[in-house]
Amino acid sequence: MPAGAVAAHLNRKARWRPAEIVFWLAIPALIFALPSRALLINEILLAGLFALSLDLVLGYAGIVSLGQAAFFGVGAYGAGILANAGIGEPILGLVIASLIAGVLGLVTAPLLLRGSDLTRLMVTLGISLLLGEVANANPWATGGTDGLSIAVKPVLGLFPIDFNGQRNAALYSLVVLFILFALARRLVQSPFGLSVHALKENRLRSGALGISAAARFVTIYAIAATYAGAAGALVAQTTGLVSLDVFDFHRSADVLLMLIIGGVGYLYGGLIGAAFFIALRDGVSSATPEYWEFWIGLPLVVLVLVGRERIGAFFARAVATGGASLIPGAPP
Amino acid sequence: MLTILFDGVAYGMLLFVLACGLSVTLGLMNFVNLAHGAFAMAGGYAASALMTRYGVPFLVTLPAAFALSAALGVVLERTLYRRLYRASHLDQVLFTIGLVFMAMPIANYFLGDQPQPVRVPAFLSGRYEFLGIGVGVYRLFIIAVCGAIAGGLQAFLIGTRFGAQLRAAVDDQRVASGLGIDVDRLFAITFALGCGLAGLGGALAADVVGGVDPSFPIKFMVSFLIVVAIGGSNGILGALLGALLLGVLDVAGKYYVPSIGAFIIYAVMVVTLIIRPQGLFSRGGGR
Amino acid sequence: MSAPALETRGLARRFGGLVATDEVSLRLEEGARHALIGPNGAGKTTLVNLLTGTLRPSAGQVLLEGVDVTGLASHARVRRGLARTFQINQLFANLTPAESLCLAVGERLGYGRRFLPAAGRDPEVVSEVEDLIARFSLGDVMDLKTRTLAYGKQRLLEIALALACRPRVLLLDEPAAGVPEDERADILAALAALPADVTIMLIEHDMDLVFSFARRISVLVAGRVLMEGEPKEVAADPRVREVYLGEGKDA
Repeated sequence: MPAGAVAAHLNRKARWRPAEIVFWLAIPALIFALPSRALLINEILLAGLFALSLDLVLGYAGIVSLGQAAFFGVGAYGAGILANAGIGEPILGLVIASLIAGVLGLVTAPLLLRGSDLTRLMVTLGISLLLGEVANANPWATGGTDGLSIAVKPVLGLFPIDFNGQRNAALYSLVVLFILFALARRLVQSPFGLSVHALKENRLRSGALGISAAARFVTIYAIAATYAGAAGALVAQTTGLVSLDVFDFHRSADVLLMLIIGGVGYLYGGLIGAAFFIALRDGVSSATPEYWEFWIGLPLVVLVLVGRERIGAFFARAVATGGASLIPGAPP
Repeated sequence: MLTILFDGVAYGMLLFVLACGLSVTLGLMNFVNLAHGAFAMAGGYAASALMTRYGVPFLVTLPAAFALSAALGVVLERTLYRRLYRASHLDQVLFTIGLVFMAMPIANYFLGDQPQPVRVPAFLSGRYEFLGIGVGVYRLFIIAVCGAIAGGLQAFLIGTRFGAQLRAAVDDQRVASGLGIDVDRLFAITFALGCGLAGLGGALAADVVGGVDPSFPIKFMVSFLIVVAIGGSNGILGALLGALLLGVLDVAGKYYVPSIGAFIIYAVMVVTLIIRPQGLFSRGGGR
Repeated sequence: MSAPALETRGLARRFGGLVATDEVSLRLEEGARHALIGPNGAGKTTLVNLLTGTLRPSAGQVLLEGVDVTGLASHARVRRGLARTFQINQLFANLTPAESLCLAVGERLGYGRRFLPAAGRDPEVVSEVEDLIARFSLGDVMDLKTRTLAYGKQRLLEIALALACRPRVLLLDEPAAGVPEDERADILAALAALPADVTIMLIEHDMDLVFSFARRISVLVAGRVLMEGEPKEVAADPRVREVYLGEGKDA
């Protein structure tokens, strides 16, 4: 065993691969090249961030959650209320709203420690629906069924991101997404991230190595909640409107589908899946505006019946000739 | 106030019939079927179509709704569901969500997006005052029918051989099949039964909720899941008590504090699951 | 006299009407090489689970270096120096041996809370991992996913993981079980090379291994300690012979 082999092996995923660099450079290029599509790109980026937050919960902590929308909604309404209350600087509003969502995650995580898969499903769903009702019952704060319109000041006082500054909005979202992504990337490769992965792989053995499942779990759930809150806050700030559907079951279901489409557990899945899902949705719904859901449901059913791993493996092999190993931590 | 209790009990009984199939499916097959509401919707649509297009009397549409939904359940179980019994819960959730995403547009396409009514016949409408309680005749009918079903199910479970086999299989599947019980057939029949009951419930519920429309599966999915979560998935009694609790709370909540909407239900569910993850009325530990 | 490394007092565990562990009192001094033997179903693994905290006792206490740990969760006991291997491998199927050991060492050093630096950057961790890999002959498989390893190698990794915790007390649950003949030597060598100041309790069915390794043996039958003594005494005791008659094992 040559010297340094162990270290090299342990650190093999740390450096950014060429494919990743290309990926992240391509996005701003796309924004500048297609300014008329900035709104759509922004939507994809933020859906991707939301899906990334779910990846942390599902792909790394192993929880099937149907209530990630709870944190998304809190972030959205939080940013909206803050902006209308006088905190117009978007970055400040973003940070505060995300932290509020994170605190909610911190508080609700212990509820998920006991119980079965179904219990967790129900509790996560229940919390998001609960918050929806709270939002509905307090129209003085949330605008109720009319929704909340927000006006934010230009980012850093320089870059307006309202409907006149859609390109800026997309770039703003991209910068935030990238920063959060990079942090998440380091997180999953850190000792903490390794321990969370280990807990998902073999809980018993992890305990036998001295890892306390509860503390790790609560931490990653809270981090994921912060990310979801950030996504919600950005949606509020860049689209100028928050409505009650942010807490809907549909939101949680859609983001789950996006993540599944793109692949769970390697961080890029949420982004890829968001792009696919939204492209599919826009394409299909312009063809059949009333029945587009059917064309989402059918592939999903087929996907599950055929076997997600098999399809995932198929794509992995297909891409392998083009360099699947370039994606850090790609599923086997 | 007793009227509210009465209405709540009626709603609860309805929820019981709708949700007990889900409870048994979960308890027996450990299968998370989020598409359960689609079978209820099918039953509701069947009843509506039979009445409005073919003039079938209301009372006849009820068993017809049961039969249709049960048949649909058999077909889907044999072809699709059974492949996923051993799948992860995530896969089951995704699969059944996919089914719901398919079922709703199908309903929309063939039956339109307007709520389809199931008109209650004259002899079942109206209200009477009885000892200070406002008794709606239809609600009384619902309580009677659902109560009979609950009683019948319990008798079936306790009194028949099939029922005994079912209880054994819920308790421990491997042991049951080791005893020679055909677990496969058990699943199929039980699943069909649960779907049939859902369909019957859908037909009964149509008038109470203002008609059957394509969003039925999603609107009520949460209610079903709450019944199962609160009541536990160990049997009929748990589902019944859970449903009654939910029904009364929902009706009372909406009456006394209308702005709160469904908040109470969700809050009760979350609190219940925190304190007793296996449900309020179940016997054993969580799964 | 300093406290024994591992001690139980009247430890008992009941499952309904079944008594799995019945008033077991053990004392292991520091550096002990203690074996626990008994027929199948005697409750050996149950006892290990009670010691590690995976199971709560119905009665009695567990003391680690004189401290009562009966109320502590398993991961807390690990932090106090108690490690175990599992009878059936409990490994991280999709991690490589190097990664698994890196995790174990990192956790021991308290790095589990570190969010930002990559796991493999710390030279102290890396050198310990390299050392463990060398000692357990895992060099040629250290970068392969654990699930692809041969059973014998997996078993070695199982022991290596426990040692990565630098335990004061180590519980080995049938380390040689199921290992093919040609891979056994590695296991036996690894056991022989365990540090002298670590207190070891070994559960085994393989009597050759037991008698070559242990300095004291406890015999567990139906949850109770039948007798305890040096290997010669145990081998000669008629009650032990009777218990093992029909087992087909050489005693």
